[in-house]
Amino acid sequence: MTVQAMTKEEAQSSGERIVNDFSMTVATMNGSGSQTSNLTLLRAMFKMGIPVSGKNLFPSNIQGLPTWYTIRASKDGYLARRETHEIIVAMNADTFGQDLESVVPGGAFYYGDHLKFEINRDDIAVYTFPAKKLAKDSGAPAALRDYVANMAYVGVLAHMIGIDMEQIKGALDFHFSGKEKPIALNMGVIEAAAEWAAENLEKQDPYYVEAMDGTEGKIMADGNTAAALGAIFGGVQFASWYPITPASSVAEALTINIGKYRDDLYEGGKTYAIIQSEDELAAIGMALGAGWAGLRSMTSTSGPGISLMTEFAGLAYYSETPVVIWDVQRVGPSTGLPTRTAQGDITQVAFLGHGDTHNIMLFPACAQECFEFGWKAFDIAERVQAPVFVMSDLDLGMNQWMTDPFEYPDVDMDRGKVVWEQDLENWEGRYGRYLDKDGDGIPYRTVPGNKHPKSAWFARGTGHDEYAAYTERGDDWEHNMERLIKKYDTARQYLPESDIFEKEGATIGIIAYGSTHPAIEEACDKLEEDDLKADYLRLRSYPFRDEVQEFIQKHDKVYVVEMNRDGQMHQLLSLAYPEMVNKLVSITKHDGLPLNARWTSEAIQAEEN
Amino acid sequence: MAKVNAVGLEKNEYRGAPTTLCAGCGHNSISNQIIQAAYDLSLIPEDVIKFSGIGCSSKSPTYFLGRSFGFNSLHGRMPSVATGALFGDARLKAVAVSGDGDSTNIGIGQFKHILRRNAPMVYIIENNGVYGLTKGQFSATAEQGLTLKYQGANPYMPVDVIMEALVSQATFVARSFAGDATQVRELIKAALSHDGLAILDIISPCVTFNNADDARHSYGWAKEHQDPLHDFSFVPFEEEIEVEMVEGETRRVTMHDGSSIILKKLDEDYDPTNRKNAMDMIQQSYEEDVLMTGLIYINTEPDSLLDMHGLSQDEPLNRLGQEHLRPKKEAIDAVNAMMF
Ligand SMILES: Cc1ncc(C[n+]2csc(CCOP(=O)(O)OP(=O)(O)O)c2C)c(N)n1
Ligand code: SF4
Ligand SMILES: [Mg+2]
Repeated sequence: MTVQAMTKEEAQSSGERIVNDFSMTVATMNGSGSQTSNLTLLRAMFKMGIPVSGKNLFPSNIQGLPTWYTIRASKDGYLARRETHEIIVAMNADTFGQDLESVVPGGAFYYGDHLKFEINRDDIAVYTFPAKKLAKDSGAPAALRDYVANMAYVGVLAHMIGIDMEQIKGALDFHFSGKEKPIALNMGVIEAAAEWAAENLEKQDPYYVEAMDGTEGKIMADGNTAAALGAIFGGVQFASWYPITPASSVAEALTINIGKYRDDLYEGGKTYAIIQSEDELAAIGMALGAGWAGLRSMTSTSGPGISLMTEFAGLAYYSETPVVIWDVQRVGPSTGLPTRTAQGDITQVAFLGHGDTHNIMLFPACAQECFEFGWKAFDIAERVQAPVFVMSDLDLGMNQWMTDPFEYPDVDMDRGKVVWEQDLENWEGRYGRYLDKDGDGIPYRTVPGNKHPKSAWFARGTGHDEYAAYTERGDDWEHNMERLIKKYDTARQYLPESDIFEKEGATIGIIAYGSTHPAIEEACDKLEEDDLKADYLRLRSYPFRDEVQEFIQKHDKVYVVEMNRDGQMHQLLSLAYPEMVNKLVSITKHDGLPLNARWTSEAIQAEEN
Repeated sequence: MAKVNAVGLEKNEYRGAPTTLCAGCGHNSISNQIIQAAYDLSLIPEDVIKFSGIGCSSKSPTYFLGRSFGFNSLHGRMPSVATGALFGDARLKAVAVSGDGDSTNIGIGQFKHILRRNAPMVYIIENNGVYGLTKGQFSATAEQGLTLKYQGANPYMPVDVIMEALVSQATFVARSFAGDATQVRELIKAALSHDGLAILDIISPCVTFNNADDARHSYGWAKEHQDPLHDFSFVPFEEEIEVEMVEGETRRVTMHDGSSIILKKLDEDYDPTNRKNAMDMIQQSYEEDVLMTGLIYINTEPDSLLDMHGLSQDEPLNRLGQEHLRPKKEAIDAVNAMMF
């Protein structure tokens, strides 16, 4: 399956219109202020009812290095990154040649006329426009001119592909929270550019947008903001964090938003605290302390921070302290590609901590699910008395996703087995912090401030018995570690179930997780067009629940698709189901870009043939 | 009938498990003074929360206040765990024990940062100049030239806990010596009344690995060279007894909870509310080669960590239920409207 490309002449002569089905990329320089323009285009198209996704490919740099913003419009509702660029807007001299080359045959190439380059392609439509002049004529102050020049391409594109001016206005209105001055300034440039395009440019390519009804009931959101909002609805009481791309905006969104939704619920004072700590060791240390003291507590970081949190993860596991850790993954090892996306922390987090440590992971796949896991992770952590890792990534966390609206939690907060004075009054026998009273491996927990004389216990990472007393006895150690693995088993029932998408007559299975979901869905459709039907299981949690085993059992071959080199989820599945290893085929991509459907379907086809 | 204090508890109720530290270890003396101070002040053990890192010193919270909650955390990371835990119930009094290795080697970052956050907590550093638990390596407070059995001579300069605390804006800074039981106890009592971080650097000799008479953290040297800044005593609020205040001879510092610190002049008059003074005094102690002890600096003005965050002082955070933590159902519409 390849995109049918046309020559420029064909496009013109056939008069064919390709509507709401292309990728459009704006090439700019980091720090040049193009984000407002790009979001304006994205939002205007979304409000026209066109399913869209917006992805920022940016360098680890504040100013000067190239950055690309890609908007995909898809009448079929596909939101994954598309492997082709049908429209490119070049605003960056440094990447001009490469950008020109990237346009598909029959596509459109726009560039600011301040870029003096030779155009060596005749199979595409080329448009040039006076970005700088339009900015200057707008009357914008000199300091704002470069920024306003970016609005010129919004206007040109609006005219050339047919974006509704009213929706552009609405998008600006939203962006500037109704502030008239910036709205008027930007809108002025956009309108002037559109007029200029109407007078000076002749449409030669087939790509258009048209209003449709594909976004009814949807919202646009980034996963990090969604995670923070979810945490607020989950009653988060303590968050500590250390800045790192791509995770910082989780804590920042929390800081900005929490007061709005929480301060009116309690008059006595704040019901939460957010601390930017000195490093990730302290970030998880504080979160663990707060979790131990009975607060709903969280931290958010990315791979390098996760590495630093290792010792504390083991302590949380072994002292049985609830804490939620958001890992917004980026490319590693080491500093790696800090602004590119990956699913590379899976095996590390599964066993984070020395000795026999096993951790719980959740895998959100869209912004709405980031919201859902934002509150649900607390319920699980407190129920299971363990650290819970939510494995997001840069693509999901920082990019704009079209998503279902956030849903109010459908269950009450589950604070788990916490006992207070009255419970201990009625307690039969001696209270023991690590006593498996119910036989499910989950003991009862008291927290500081409990005034009952039998409530206190001394938490420690050293060997302890059922009453939390220090012990170095081998049998005490084994007994406790066996209970911990029983608890981990029990945990499965509290974890989100896999999402399974079945196709009648499917011959293969696919397992994937997290932000690759849109690409996998689209890849399944592509495979079907080529007569290969796949059932698809989207993992939502680890340790694996029973339906995962059943899914693999039902298929002769199951492709495990993920964004890392080593097939990390494939490894975990192989460990969990050694008897079915032969059925599992690892498909991996780790170029730092969000997965695309074509590559995925072709990789699976290649294995099948 | 054994003696009981004002809340009807015997001293035994303030003890913990029997110590497993070496006989004669300075840390045991400090544990005993924590027990005595808590008993004297008639604290309810459940109203106290304990923290420690890793080391012989950090083991000691097991040996006092057995009825109090506590967390024996990670090496050098106690301050972060305490910082988070303090938010659980703002009414609890926190006592933390760390070692010189725990706080000035692996944990110097967290040590400095909890100071600038002014977390309301008594932070005792049981300072012996060595790593006891790993058997006698140098810690960062070991003096240059100190010679240890398996380590040779220490080539580096020492870290001074008090100086570090002063430059990090600590609000209560004291130094003492485990061999001076009275001073240790009174300082602990005063520190418990401080609404902010109270650093107690207590020279606490390791009799097993660093107790040669010429070693700066030994009993011998400390006894020989201790030079108290003042005669220090603490008067709890309830026991407002008449203290004879003589101009130029006695100073009184009033604490947040109404209790007082009484400082009686020894050689010179010393004003512990002046930070520059405090630094000069430490500098002077180097020049005179003495172990300066007592309340070196106090400032009761700055907000504590919990005040900085506007926390409720009435209802503990960890007892708030869903009605106070989860926004109402209608709020979800506002959230969705905020998205695009
Ligand atoms: C991460 C880590 N590294 C090393 C150790 C080993 N260790 C245990 S205690 C200790 C030093 C303790 O020295 P100090 O804090 O001075 O306490 P003391 O035993 O002297 O009271 C070390 C290095 C550890 N527990 N954890
Ligand atoms: S080794 Fe030293 S510090 Fe440790 S218990 Fe013995 S005397 Fe105390
Ligand atoms: Mg030591």
